Amino acid sequence: MSFKDKLLSSYIALEDYLEFDSPLHDVRNNAIKIFEEKGFPTKKEEAWKYTSLNSLLKPDYSVYSNKERNVELKNVRKYFLHEIDTYKLVFVDGVYNSFLSETTHDSLDVCLMSAALNKSKYKPVIEAYFNKAAKSDSLTALNTAFTKEGAYIHIPAHKEVEKPIEIINFSTGNEAAIFLQPRNLIVVGENAHVQIIERHQSLSSNEVLTNSVTEIFAEKRAYVDYYKIQNDEATASLIDNTYISQQRDTVCRVHTFAFGGKLVRNNLNFFQKGEHCDSTLKGITILEGKQHTDHNTLVHHTAPNCESHQDYKGLFAESSTGVFNGKIIVEKDAQKIDAFQQNNNILIDDKATINAKPQLEIFADDVKCSHGCTIGQFDEDALFYLRSRGIGLKESRALLMYAFANTVLESVKIPELKVRINKLIANKIGVSLGFEL
Amino acid sequence: MLKIKDLHAGLEGKDILQGINLEVKAGEVHAIMGPNGSGKSTLASVVAGKEEYEVSRGYITFENEDISELDPEERAHKGIFLSFQYPVEIPGVSVTNFIKTAINETRKSKGKEDMPASEMLKMIKEKADMLEIDRKFLSRSLNEGFSGGEKKRNEIFQMAMLEPKLAILDETDSGLDIDALKIVANGVNKLKSDNNAVVVITHYQRLLDYIVPDFVHVLMNGKIVKSGTKELAYELEEKGYDWIKEELV
Repeated sequence: MSFKDKLLSSYIALEDYLEFDSPLHDVRNNAIKIFEEKGFPTKKEEAWKYTSLNSLLKPDYSVYSNKERNVELKNVRKYFLHEIDTYKLVFVDGVYNSFLSETTHDSLDVCLMSAALNKSKYKPVIEAYFNKAAKSDSLTALNTAFTKEGAYIHIPAHKEVEKPIEIINFSTGNEAAIFLQPRNLIVVGENAHVQIIERHQSLSSNEVLTNSVTEIFAEKRAYVDYYKIQNDEATASLIDNTYISQQRDTVCRVHTFAFGGKLVRNNLNFFQKGEHCDSTLKGITILEGKQHTDHNTLVHHTAPNCESHQDYKGLFAESSTGVFNGKIIVEKDAQKIDAFQQNNNILIDDKATINAKPQLEIFADDVKCSHGCTIGQFDEDALFYLRSRGIGLKESRALLMYAFANTVLESVKIPELKVRINKLIANKIGVSLGFEL
Repeated sequence: MLKIKDLHAGLEGKDILQGINLEVKAGEVHAIMGPNGSGKSTLASVVAGKEEYEVSRGYITFENEDISELDPEERAHKGIFLSFQYPVEIPGVSVTNFIKTAINETRKSKGKEDMPASEMLKMIKEKADMLEIDRKFLSRSLNEGFSGGEKKRNEIFQMAMLEPKLAILDETDSGLDIDALKIVANGVNKLKSDNNAVVVITHYQRLLDYIVPDFVHVLMNGKIVKSGTKELAYELEEKGYDWIKEELV
């Protein structure tokens, strides 16, 4: 039985015990139809030309894991931003772990999707927002059909959340291979502020495939600062589908630190719905071995006087592959848009590959839209300059890598997180310089 | 200190340097002058160990050791410093962090511990003051957005911090106004001692009013065609290079 067939029959089993009056009932049924019709994307589709899911669909994944697994804090503490106080939503093999989490209902909701789906007091929010920003592509639809657990975050108007929220998905390897589909809904009210850190972490070398969907709604004047840390095992793969819907005068920033995993696909979509929106999409990708990371971004400008800034830096060693596919659409009425996209890549070894494709679709006539894409090796003159000062080749390369990544790193607003990422980078490139950027 | 013997070197099989002979002893200041394209910067780069240049014949010794096969960082550790004509911009790495890394890497190569932070700070302050460098300047990204003069002053600041035995100043005077030139030259003179040496590469005699050479060499078509004392520099300033060409014919 193919993985697709297995999922379809699992859905039938799931449907049997779903409540008919659930607000999601029809949404799920429509979604599974979309998935049934379209199936998993193949390289024949333009958007998947450089990323093949074939090898990921072979293992015999467990689709449900209902058991609450125990994970000892001391073994996973390092994956938390433990230097500071945070709210935490921790899922182990797709199941909420209350011991490691720190939720709240005190003037804001940081809790579980499963709770939000089942309690009537959340019904209006679910009905107003759930699946309203997500596109109906097959992978998102697959997640929608199986929606069960994930983060539910609702920040009321004018609330400035005083500490970051961490969403962490662990997989333990208790199953030979596991398929996870977290579903996150984040609603940030008018003039509210929030910082969120999301991480997926496998704790074993068993196969993990995660198909995650996150919807973020920023009501007018809201501020959302979102960080994705992807530094997973060589047997863990992630398809991240994130949809951000911005009302007027909002600032939304997403930083993606893609330091590995087997295959990572980031579908990051920004929809600007009102004037004076500001969207930032930044990323650092550092890969080695046979790792593959594909950034597929969309910024959809539909309203005038908005900005978007994209800055993706990639460093590819050994036979790793990177893809950057950045699309900007400026609709006819979206005049006075300032859309900027930059993607710079360094191929460290001859066998590394990067496929970069900027796409601009501009239907308005009074816009500022620019993009720049470079693919290169280390600048030999810069290397010589550093080495001539007594800095060894390895350290000189590291310094250039830091310098290269700095435009992304410098805009990380949580200092402790910045230190962490510095360390991850140092670890990744095998050199620790005596300073942090 | 530095001995260059029959040095032939170039790019992609084509020699730019065609038999250079030069000896620089401790305590000396040498000036290398010559028209554009004569091989001055190539010579500086080859001595500092730039890998894209191939040495096809001859050798370079430093303190009686053949350094022809050494990496640039190994030459730096031995005390060779090149002040670049075009210093490279490194965004995101501050001048201070860069120089700290350079000093500690050099110490590490000698089996020494990192320089204590307080000592480093004191030294940075002292050398920055000597070169009239604003403290704010030190926290800026290395060379990024620096004016020509700031870049050159920063090169000499690095030299002051690294205290090399042999400093090669490649066109350090270009892009400097007269006040900056005096400050830079003054810095070089203060660092000068009987135990170290300076090689000044320049087009113009102007810098040599401030850094006074013991010897002046004229480089043309990859060869030193004439050597003399500082008077030769005045002669070149006055008459240009054509008379040397004629003399050679």
